[in-house]
Formats: sequence, C-alpha cells, structure tokens
Amino acid sequence: MIDYTYTILIPLIPLLMFIFLGLTGHKFKAPTQGILGTLGLLVSTLLSYYTAYQYFFNSIKVDGAYQKIIGFHTLWLKFTDTLYIDLGVILDPISVMMLIVITTVSLMVHLYSIGYMKGDKGFSHFFAFLSLFSFSMLGLVIATNIFQMYIFWELVGVSSYLLIGFYYEKQSAVAAAKKAFIVTRFADLGFLIGILILSFNTGTFDFQLLTNPHGAAILKGGSIAFMGLSTMTWAMILIFMGGAGKSAMFPLHIWLPDAMEGPTPVSALIHAATMVVAGVYLVARLFPIFAISAPSGLEVVAWVGGFTSLFAAVIACTQIDIKRVLAFSTMSQIGYMMLALGVSGYGGEHGLGYMASMFHLFTHAFFKALLFLGAGAIIHAVHSNNMTDMGGLRKHLPITHITFLVACLAIAGIPPFSGFFSKDEILVAAFESNKVLFLIEYLVAGLTAFYMFRLYYNIFWGKQTVYHTTPHEAPATMTLPLIFLAIASATTGFIPFSKFVTSDGLPFETITEWGIAIPSVLIALVGITIATILYYKPTGIPSKMTHALGGFYKSAYHKFYFDELYQFVTHKIIFRYISTPIAWFDRHIIDATMNGIANVTNRISYSIKGLQSGQLQKYAYVFVSGVVVLAIIFIYLLKY
Amino acid sequence: MYQEIPLQYFLIISTLMFFIGIYGFLTRRNLITMLMSTELILNSININFVAFNHYLYPDQLQGHFFSIFIIAIAAAEASLAIAIIINIYRRINNINVEEVDEMKY
Repeated sequence: MIDYTYTILIPLIPLLMFIFLGLTGHKFKAPTQGILGTLGLLVSTLLSYYTAYQYFFNSIKVDGAYQKIIGFHTLWLKFTDTLYIDLGVILDPISVMMLIVITTVSLMVHLYSIGYMKGDKGFSHFFAFLSLFSFSMLGLVIATNIFQMYIFWELVGVSSYLLIGFYYEKQSAVAAAKKAFIVTRFADLGFLIGILILSFNTGTFDFQLLTNPHGAAILKGGSIAFMGLSTMTWAMILIFMGGAGKSAMFPLHIWLPDAMEGPTPVSALIHAATMVVAGVYLVARLFPIFAISAPSGLEVVAWVGGFTSLFAAVIACTQIDIKRVLAFSTMSQIGYMMLALGVSGYGGEHGLGYMASMFHLFTHAFFKALLFLGAGAIIHAVHSNNMTDMGGLRKHLPITHITFLVACLAIAGIPPFSGFFSKDEILVAAFESNKVLFLIEYLVAGLTAFYMFRLYYNIFWGKQTVYHTTPHEAPATMTLPLIFLAIASATTGFIPFSKFVTSDGLPFETITEWGIAIPSVLIALVGITIATILYYKPTGIPSKMTHALGGFYKSAYHKFYFDELYQFVTHKIIFRYISTPIAWFDRHIIDATMNGIANVTNRISYSIKGLQSGQLQKYAYVFVSGVVVLAIIFIYLLKY
Repeated sequence: MYQEIPLQYFLIISTLMFFIGIYGFLTRRNLITMLMSTELILNSININFVAFNHYLYPDQLQGHFFSIFIIAIAAAEASLAIAIIINIYRRINNINVEEVDEMKY
C-alpha cells in the first residue's frame, strides 16, 4: 500500500503561496513574486505528476479496476454514521487527471504571466490571486465529499471574480466580474438545493458512498415527486444547474464572454482550461448516480450540452473580438463534453462517452490554453482585441503563429493533433446512442473548423495592416509556455486514455472508428476550405454574405440578444414588479417602525435629560428621598 | 452599684449622628465638609454595631470586628476622597461641589 498523505501538499503549497504573496508581496521587486509563485506551483506540479505515476502504474487494482483511494482525510462535522462532512483528498482516475491538467496549465500560465503582466502595478497581487485560484481548483477536484466540493466551488467563484475584475479601474471589468459572480451564484443556489435533496434522500455527503454502484445510497431513487420525475432526478438536475452555471452552459452562459475583460492569462487558466470544466467534472464525479438512478437527468445534460455547442459555435462565427471568439468556442467545446457525458452509459465499454468526455477535457485544456495564451501574445504585440486591427502578423510573430496554427488544427479535429482523437470518441459515443445529437455535433465540428480558421487567417494572413509600432515577438517567458503547450496539443491525443480513465475504473480498448472519423475530418476540412477562400486574402465575399444573411447574422452577432433578454427580465420585470415593492416595504414599513421606536426613545430621553445634572448633591437628595419613601411604604403601608 | 446606660441612649446618639451626616452631605457645598459628613454617617453605624453587639450578644465579637473593618475602610476611603479633592482643586481651583458637574448629560 502506498502512502498518499503527501498529496495534501498539492493544494496546500498554492494556499501558502497565496498567504505569503498576499501579505508580503509588495515588499519584493517586480519579477520576484512571479518567480516565487511559479516555483511554488512547480513543486505542486511535480507532486501531481508523481501522484499520477504512482496511481496509474503502482497502485493495487481490484479485478483490474482502478480504485478510489483516500489519500488524506479529516473529519469535520459528524451528524450520523453516514452523514458527515470531512475534508480530504480522493484519488481516482478523474481527480488524478484533473490534478495534472490544473497544475500543468496553471504552471504555464504562471510562467507566461511573468512576461505578460510585467510592469503592471498589481503584479504581486495578481500572482497571489492566481495561487488562490490554483488552491481552490485543486481543492475542488480532490474533494472527498460533496460539501467540500461546494466550499471550493464557491472559492473558485470568488477567485474568478477577483481575477475578472483585476483591472478594477475599468468600468466594464467591474461589471463583468459582478455579472460572472452573480450568474454563477444564482446557479449555485440550484447546486445547494440539489445537494440538500440528494443528501436528504441518500443520507450521506460522501462521494465514495454516493457513487458506489452497488451501494445503498444509489438505489434510493425516490418516488415520483414532481412533474413525473423522481426526487433523485430532480436533485441531479438541480446539481447539474450548478455545473451548467460554472461551465457556461445555455442558458446560464451569459457571463463567460464578458469574463474576457480579465487579463488574458486568467482567461486561459480559468475561463478556458480549468474552472469552466468544473461543471463537467461535477457531472463526471456523480456519474454513477446520473447513469443508474437518474437517466432522465442525464438526458437533460446531453441536450443542454448539444444545444450549447451549436449555439455557441454559431455565435463564434460572427464575433470580432478575438478573445470572445475563443470564449464562445470554449462554450461550444464544453458543450461537447457535456453531451458526451449525457449520451454515455455506465460501466466498461458502455462508458465510452464518459471516457471521451474526460479525454476531450484533457486535450481541450491544453489547446484552448494555448489559443488563449497565443491570443495574449498577439494582444500584447498589437494592443488591440479586435481582429479588424490585425492581419499579416505571421512575419512579426513567427513562434506565436506556428503554435496558434497547431492549436487551431487540434481544435478543428485534424489528425494527428489531439483534438481529433477526443472528438472522434465523442462522435462515436453520440452515434451509438442518439442520432440527432450526433448530426448536430457533425455540424458543430464543421463550424468549429470554420471559425477557428477565420480567426487564424484574419490574424496572421488577410490584409496587410500598417501598425504604429512594429509588433514584436513576446519574451521567452511567454513563448516557452506556448511551445510546451503546442507540443502537448500535438501529442496528447496518442495517450491511450481508455486504459486509464473510465467510468468504473476498468480499462478497455478503443479503436479509431474510421467510418465516423473520416467524414468528421472531411467536414472540418470543408470548414477550413471555406475559411481559406473567404479570409486568406481580403475579399468582398464576407461582407456580401453578411448582407445576404441579414437578420440572422445580426442576431448572432448580438449573441441572439440573450444579454438584452436577461436585462429585460431582470430590470423590467424582476426589478420593477418584485424588487421595487420589496424595497418600498423595507423602507416604509420595516425601516419606519425601527425609526419610530428610535425617535420615541430619543424624544423621551431628551425631555428627561435634565435629571442628569452632574450635581452630586442632587443625586444624593433623590437617593435619600427614595429611601425615605421606601421606608414609609414598608413600615406603614405593608406593615413589615 | 452603677447602672448600665440603656441601649436606647446609644441608638438615639447614633440616629442623631446619622441624620446630621445626611443633612451635612446634602446641604454643605464644600467637598471637605461633605467628606466629614460621610465620616459621621460611618461612625454612627459603628456605634450601632458595638452597642447591639454588647447588649444582644455579649459573648460574641462580630460587631466589634465589623466596626474595626469599617474604621479601616473609612480611613482608606478618606485618603482616596482627599486625593480626588486635591486633583479637583488643581483643575478648577475650587472645591465647591456645584462646580464639579462635568459628568452631566
């Protein structure tokens, strides 16, 4: 038996870094804090790799299946024998995989930020916040207990809020931070209610008890409760609502595009690779419950994922801000992952979708982080977010160009880059269970290739833009992460993922289904070809198409007016008909009562304050008179 | 054969002293005089204690002890009060109690 107690250090080192940099960061000269933060995370990363090696190659398997191992655990609140809240480290294939993803991407982002944030006055607290985020995210994935997960879930939300609003002098950044926090908080309300219903039904918070497919908890499906669905299904749908909020699934997606107001490394870390996949991780963590006792919940997951992937891909085709294109593409790819989970079954080869989803999460983290960091390097060079201000950058930014191209090919699903393998598994899983969703995903694959290459051509080819100052390649701290991530994006597809991460821990073989893979590659190539024709050189075709599509283009450009719809619902309906009366009641009834009591007290005190004259003898006189009066009462009236 | 002084005599004296003290405390404006009045009150109590002890429980000593305690406390209290009065005098050059009214509303 291997001792895994040291795994507690993986989240603790970033926490210590956060405290240390937060308290003493301003005392160091500029790059020192960044280097310290990066070194701290490097230790965590190495520990995660070591853990992964130990777990996947040296741990004891039971009947060939990877087991859930509790590396460290401390009991915090105990209600009954099964209902307790503990804090600890759980190691199973998905949590170990997430440890690798988070620490690697976070390390790359730390390193990159040393260059990117150079000269920013918030340099030291930027790194403190990054460490806080890394701590919370690592704590989230190693949670042994759904309540621990919820605690870290909120911590992740807070650090996301802090980092989106990092440029707090910018009005739009503050608004975006608030929006992200409030929307995800609203979703977390569903999560919390879901947790309560789930734990009420099963009597436990513990993941090991909850997700044991033969355990007592999972069989308590609950009776038909509401609208034809069982209690358990409702609990899982509400929990999924929390996941959908964090993962920016339709209709709780509105915060993600605005979150791009944060510094670009933050977008790469939080809004592309790690935090936004927390929802996928949550569903994967509770997957046995979904699959065994709430299959209707899983159907909801599949359709929400499928719809979001299409919806976001359409919007991504019209956006001009390069970070927003990437944000919508993130939504679209997370939709893929959700869909894969939704169509998956439990156990062995039925769990293909589950494995595909985790695989896509893994590969997506690398190529999407790479895309964002590349976009950061471009923004760093051009000082603009709009692709209309760019063009012909391939000569000025050779390294960024190559790495960006690798990432585009990976996300478009061109072999042999990593996205091809994971997307193929998802398509196979979708094909086996739901043909409609399968066709949607084919369409999305084409759209993905199209908008990514639209982005690529507009930045690196297209028109020859004249720049005020010649753009120059970013410093080595920024290009090294790009190169590392490009290598990862190109090669991680070859990892035999189904040998490691499966729904029940049992490894199985997967083969590339060429019957599905070839059409998908062809569709991607069609998308790339169209993008090449339209954007390789400046042509009039895109603007003509814009005119031809007219209303549809305009509504897609405005994200189908969802922001406006939310604005309308909140301002015109909720604020006017609910909040305003409540505010009136608060001010005129509750506050007025309190003010009235205070006023009466005030008046009375004012009128009798003369008694407090400061004259000692007056007090003594009153005292003596009182004693005399009492004496008279006791002696003559009460006759003691 | 001498006749013992009856208890009532002591009580009359102590009552008189007590009310003289109260009267002085309420009417005098000089802080020192007020302090003296409180001493009168305390000593009237002492007389009571000793007298009752002697007439009611002649074999016991609690009353005597009590009056000794009161004397000790009265001494301490007097030193404290005089210290306060001196400080007041330093502040406002006066020991008229009506002038010492800063602790009002």
